[in-house]
Amino acid sequence: MCRVLFEVSQAPFPQAFVGMQTLKSRVLVIVALVAMSGWALFPRTEVVRVKRDGVFVLDTIKRVPLKRGLDLQGGMHLTLEVDQSKQAVADVSDALDRALKVVRTRIDEFGVAEPVVQKVGTDRIIVELPGISDQQRAEEVVQKAAFLRFQITDESQALEKAIPRLDGIIKAKGITVAAAPTTTDTAAAAATGLTALMQRTDSAAPAGDSAAPTASEGPFRRAILPGQMPGQYLVSSRDYAAIEAYLQRPEIQEALPPGKDVRWGIDSILNGTDAYRALYVLDSRAIIDGTYLVNATPAQDPLEGAKVDFQFNNEGGRRFRSETGRHIGDNMAIVLDDKVMSAPTIQSAIGARGQITMGGRDLQAAQDLALVLRAGALPVPLKVADGRQISATLGEDSINDGIRAGLAAVLAVVLIMVVYYRFSGFLAVLSLVLYVLFTLATLAGFDAVLTLPGLAGFVLSIGIAVDANVLIFERIREELDHGKAVRTAVEEGFRHAMSAIVDSNVSTILTAAVLYQYGSGPVKGFAVTLVAGIVASMVSSIFVTKTFFLVWLQRSRGQQTLSI
Amino acid sequence: MLRLLHGTKIDFIRHWRTAVIVTIAFVALGFGSAAVTGWYKYAIEFTGGTLLQLRFEQAPDIARVRATLERAGIPGAEIAQFGSATEYTVRAQEEAQVAEQADGASGVARKISAALEAEFGAGSFTIDRTEAVGPRVGAELRRGAVIAVLLSFLVTLAYLAWRFEWRFGVAAVIATAHDIIATLAFMKLLDLEISLTAIAAVLTVIGYSLNDTIIIFDRVRENLRRNRREPLYDTLNRSVNETLPRSILTHATTIAATMALLVLAGEVIRPFAWIMTFGIFTGTFSSIYVASPILLWVESRWPRQGDARAAAQPARA
Repeated sequence: MCRVLFEVSQAPFPQAFVGMQTLKSRVLVIVALVAMSGWALFPRTEVVRVKRDGVFVLDTIKRVPLKRGLDLQGGMHLTLEVDQSKQAVADVSDALDRALKVVRTRIDEFGVAEPVVQKVGTDRIIVELPGISDQQRAEEVVQKAAFLRFQITDESQALEKAIPRLDGIIKAKGITVAAAPTTTDTAAAAATGLTALMQRTDSAAPAGDSAAPTASEGPFRRAILPGQMPGQYLVSSRDYAAIEAYLQRPEIQEALPPGKDVRWGIDSILNGTDAYRALYVLDSRAIIDGTYLVNATPAQDPLEGAKVDFQFNNEGGRRFRSETGRHIGDNMAIVLDDKVMSAPTIQSAIGARGQITMGGRDLQAAQDLALVLRAGALPVPLKVADGRQISATLGEDSINDGIRAGLAAVLAVVLIMVVYYRFSGFLAVLSLVLYVLFTLATLAGFDAVLTLPGLAGFVLSIGIAVDANVLIFERIREELDHGKAVRTAVEEGFRHAMSAIVDSNVSTILTAAVLYQYGSGPVKGFAVTLVAGIVASMVSSIFVTKTFFLVWLQRSRGQQTLSI
Repeated sequence: MLRLLHGTKIDFIRHWRTAVIVTIAFVALGFGSAAVTGWYKYAIEFTGGTLLQLRFEQAPDIARVRATLERAGIPGAEIAQFGSATEYTVRAQEEAQVAEQADGASGVARKISAALEAEFGAGSFTIDRTEAVGPRVGAELRRGAVIAVLLSFLVTLAYLAWRFEWRFGVAAVIATAHDIIATLAFMKLLDLEISLTAIAAVLTVIGYSLNDTIIIFDRVRENLRRNRREPLYDTLNRSVNETLPRSILTHATTIAATMALLVLAGEVIRPFAWIMTFGIFTGTFSSIYVASPILLWVESRWPRQGDARAAAQPARA
């Protein structure tokens, strides 16, 4: 009080001069803030990868640098974990680091504009693919082990010899398996839609009789038929589920011929009206594997359909040539992730180049296979712990709805403020405009991702942002009621409202900080917008509004009334 | 100068008993509604499970959708309309389905879409949103949310004890606890599920309510300093009355924002908007009728050193 009286009683000229100085610097600060915000939000040219006629090219586009979350632009989010269901992994973190490199290479080639592939904690990989809607395809590309082996098919009739033993074990131990529908098997699901569907409907009815071993002959003897080449057998798709279930049993696995691998073929074989699955018995020793591979490209062959051409490096090429040279006339199974893709007969020694036929699957499947082969095999199997996908239309709807709600909120707030506080309310509205600008600029500046809850938080903050101004204006009114002069009332109003504004805002910031620390994804985005909003609102309602008042007081010297 | 509720001298604190009854009645009503609708439902992100948001070309027959899913081996899936007549959500949250997702979260979602495609034909619907959460992720989020709420409590308590006094801190935290309970009762009344967004909304309500309490307390602090003779009862009433115009104005602008969200921002945000709208009311209510009487009660139990005025107050209350 005393201080203010003292100021007023000073000579008018120096006081006005000092006022001009601080006022000038205040205006300069605001101009600088606006310029910085404008610069932060100015549409800038960025280089992005876009798909044009099926090819990825680098292109430049102009856009406002505000990042939208997946829920606003559409896309996929995957959380990957090491799959330890089949085999325990000793050092998960290290395994994940190696897997991360492979996944990143694959995603980069998959062709998404701005993918995110990162490790979270010690046991997770997060993959974010904006604009991707084919979840199944993306998951396959990310999860495919891509472990490629070339193995010679068995020529010693090892399985034939083992069948009585296997059936004996089944009979002796009384093992029965419920022939579950084959849909849980990924290979069956990956087979062409028609065969997968047939298997599903077929296996339901006759599953009972195939699963129960008859007294005279065991299930293996009955179900396993000789195939078209040494080491190849055929199993009717009706019996597939039962045989696969038997093969999974540890007792059976122990009794399988030593030094041999038993692997299913990837596709169904149609013989008349019956569908068969091929079962291969292979020498366990691989003549070569995918680590020597340097390149793989998809191709379309008029006779064989889609295929992948691959190339080994020099060392692999030499090895492949000598191995195939020794096995001329034999069948070489190309085994990808424990499934036999094909088993061509070796006609002559093969050099550094070879091909994998896709067996009726389309060119996209070949493209994806070539992609994962180039990126290399995954060091550990990965599983999807958490998968979300949002369509681009829904994202766009969300943004439009959010913008509409924001505009409506702004309109209502403007109306309330101007009707209630008149001229002062108009000043508050001006600073509200700056508030919106500052908040968006802060978000852009911190590279924050705008999510749907974040957008809602922003709209909400427009309503709350004027609170500080309301507090100040009410204070000014009180000071005017006490009969103070306009200038003094304004000064006092701002000063007295300060403690309430600071305390209430800091407590909200603390809550938001906790949300940020412990929230995840969209909620984090919400917390960031909340904090950005609070900071911007303090700057705009305290500093900017006060400056507007000072400018007004400067221009209308000796003003006796204030429209508030 | 347009003025609302200016210079009022309402004896707010006198009505604290009525306020207690209103609160208890509302909370009882809210939690009592569980008898009809069942206890809280947790969202997919907490329980694990699968959610699909579908947009059909034509309004589908729900019984047929349900039968299709049962046949496909997804019993007990919840099918609910979501916004317009052609938009639906399908939720599979049963334990068996969650367990099925342990080895790959998206399997159930794929099964659902394949079954629906076989029944209704490809292209008869589009999938707008899929959420597939494995059991472990859900458990972690649940723990994180509880930690977040408790921690935000501690942090605000410490801040208020530092900036004001422990008395104010205790009163503010009890008022906030009231808000949480009332908001939870409200959520049950509307049968809103507990999701991450809902928790964010509840935390925002906490922040907003604290805001409100602090602004009244700030005035109390100032009035206490300025007017040492006045009984606390009167100081509290005066402070509430003096801040009343501000409360009305700020609530008007905030309600405007939440209403805009409620009406215009779409289905996903609606639960958030509902909780916020209610939170603004309960926040104001608790600042006036919970925080202030509690402060008075604390003062009467543990009077300040060399300050006898509080002792006379309970008689008037």
